[in-house]
Amino acid sequence: MSEWAADPSYETFVLNMGPQHPATHGALRVKLRMDGEYIVEAEPVLGYIHRMHEKMGENRTYLQFMPNTGRLDYLSALSYNHGYVSAVERAAGITVPERAEYLRVITVELNRISSHLLWVGAFVLDLGGFTPLLYAMDDREQILDLLERVTGSRLTYCYFRFGGLYNDVDDDFEAGARAIVKRMRDKLPMYHNLISKNIILRQRLEGVGPITGEMCRKYGATGPVARGSGIPYDVRRHEPYSVYPELDFDIPVYEQGDSMARYLVRMDEIEQSLRIIEQGLDKMPDGPVMAEKVPKIIKPPKGDYYFAVEAARGSFGVRLVSDGTNTPYRLKLRSPCFSNVSLFGEAARGMLLADAVAMFGSLDLVIPDIDR
Amino acid sequence: MKTNAVEKALGALGSAQVAVSDHATRGFHLNVTVNPEEVVRAAEVLDAEGFFIEAVTGVDWLGEQEALAKEAAKKAAAAQKAAEAAAAETAEQGGGEEGAASPPEPADEAEAAGQGQEPAEDSFEVVYDFNHFQQLCRVTVRTRVPRSNPELPTISTVYPGADWHEREAHDFFGLIFTGHPDLSPLLLPEDADFHPLRKDYKP
Repeated sequence: MSEWAADPSYETFVLNMGPQHPATHGALRVKLRMDGEYIVEAEPVLGYIHRMHEKMGENRTYLQFMPNTGRLDYLSALSYNHGYVSAVERAAGITVPERAEYLRVITVELNRISSHLLWVGAFVLDLGGFTPLLYAMDDREQILDLLERVTGSRLTYCYFRFGGLYNDVDDDFEAGARAIVKRMRDKLPMYHNLISKNIILRQRLEGVGPITGEMCRKYGATGPVARGSGIPYDVRRHEPYSVYPELDFDIPVYEQGDSMARYLVRMDEIEQSLRIIEQGLDKMPDGPVMAEKVPKIIKPPKGDYYFAVEAARGSFGVRLVSDGTNTPYRLKLRSPCFSNVSLFGEAARGMLLADAVAMFGSLDLVIPDIDR
Repeated sequence: MKTNAVEKALGALGSAQVAVSDHATRGFHLNVTVNPEEVVRAAEVLDAEGFFIEAVTGVDWLGEQEALAKEAAKKAAAAQKAAEAAAAETAEQGGGEEGAASPPEPADEAEAAGQGQEPAEDSFEVVYDFNHFQQLCRVTVRTRVPRSNPELPTISTVYPGADWHEREAHDFFGLIFTGHPDLSPLLLPEDADFHPLRKDYKP
């Protein structure tokens, strides 16, 4: 495009996408400088739903902050619950009973599947396919129903507590979870037939929006974005926490780095999550779901602590600075979507606008997680 | 092991103090403290070792120096008291002249530390988190800048991903990253002139 830029008659124009735009799935604005149909420069503009969760953390006790963690990435809220409780447990030196850890992992993986299902439905909807959304919503509904019975909420969960869980699951939970595993296993070939093998979708995704592994490293992109670019990085394996070391599962990695690779990573992750849930249900011991002698008021010793978990969109990290009182001194929330969207400007340069929308969708952004 | 190589490479920097920390209890492997001028060098070293950037953030340590001075004064006062008590004891027991002559010295010191001078200026801590895709090694790089002049060089030249993290830190703390391409508000409103994560911020 450089020979065009040298031409004095070369004209570009600014196109505003969002903050209210169906393809951004939330209030995110992208300022685009266009050369006809091609993007010369793309700049995401953030902050439309910034709520300053980090300041809220400094103004309330450790337990009072729990509900906030479900409101960052509201589609995989349990992973965020998990990251926060684990950070505080690490700081305060609380050990969690094994049954509670198994239940945490099982519910987090159920949540991961529901998140990926909603993503795949909305993603294909962006590209013009309406039907998969209906199937995905139907399957997701089963998971939400089950999680609602366990946690009491359908979306913004607040189920984990320091030292365990809010309550144990009921007798029907295991049967319900196994039914979901069976249902999803039966349904996955249908999804692949309907979406993955669809020639129109493939042509819109294959080779579109390539992201290299080096770019992921320079921008700190993690999760399916990095794994679609050939980087086998998953916090569950890389920096094992909870009971993940006892479970057998694979990390799906694709080398291509295009939008199709990111799509396939997530579809394969649904399969792996099903394996984790099944093994978790088999191995889960009986026993308490809450540690004994957890202090009512949590006062971690002075110092700073870090804990990362693998959320549905990448590595979610909590940096906790404690001054020994009952409120955090500083609570940094490292959200995966913030880093994943930061590479959009570089990746979108020179792309067709319609392709950029496909690539944007494949990043799987949740705006409240970016804006915090 | 990655930790050793990085420890050596970072240790070569003039101002760097590298400490190995317990990952199981703290969550990171290396705790590195550098002078603000050397953050770019530290980032370059980590970049060459293949690290990726997790986050850049700040911590406002307002009131820290005062608390430290108070603590020192308390300690000194306690030491003085103990010394006086000991002196009184020796005086009672032996009635010797040497015992009575020694106590005034620590008392002077305590006064100097406690009220004699203003506490040193408080600072912002800037924390850079790095991690590695292939090997498990989390590196935390810290530096301190004075609250009245919170300036330090940008590392967005090394890691383009640091661009937004530094803009966010500028929003929240008013840290000024010299050489940064654009420090306009990222998450806050575009006309924001306040820094909400400063401890003296009143909404």
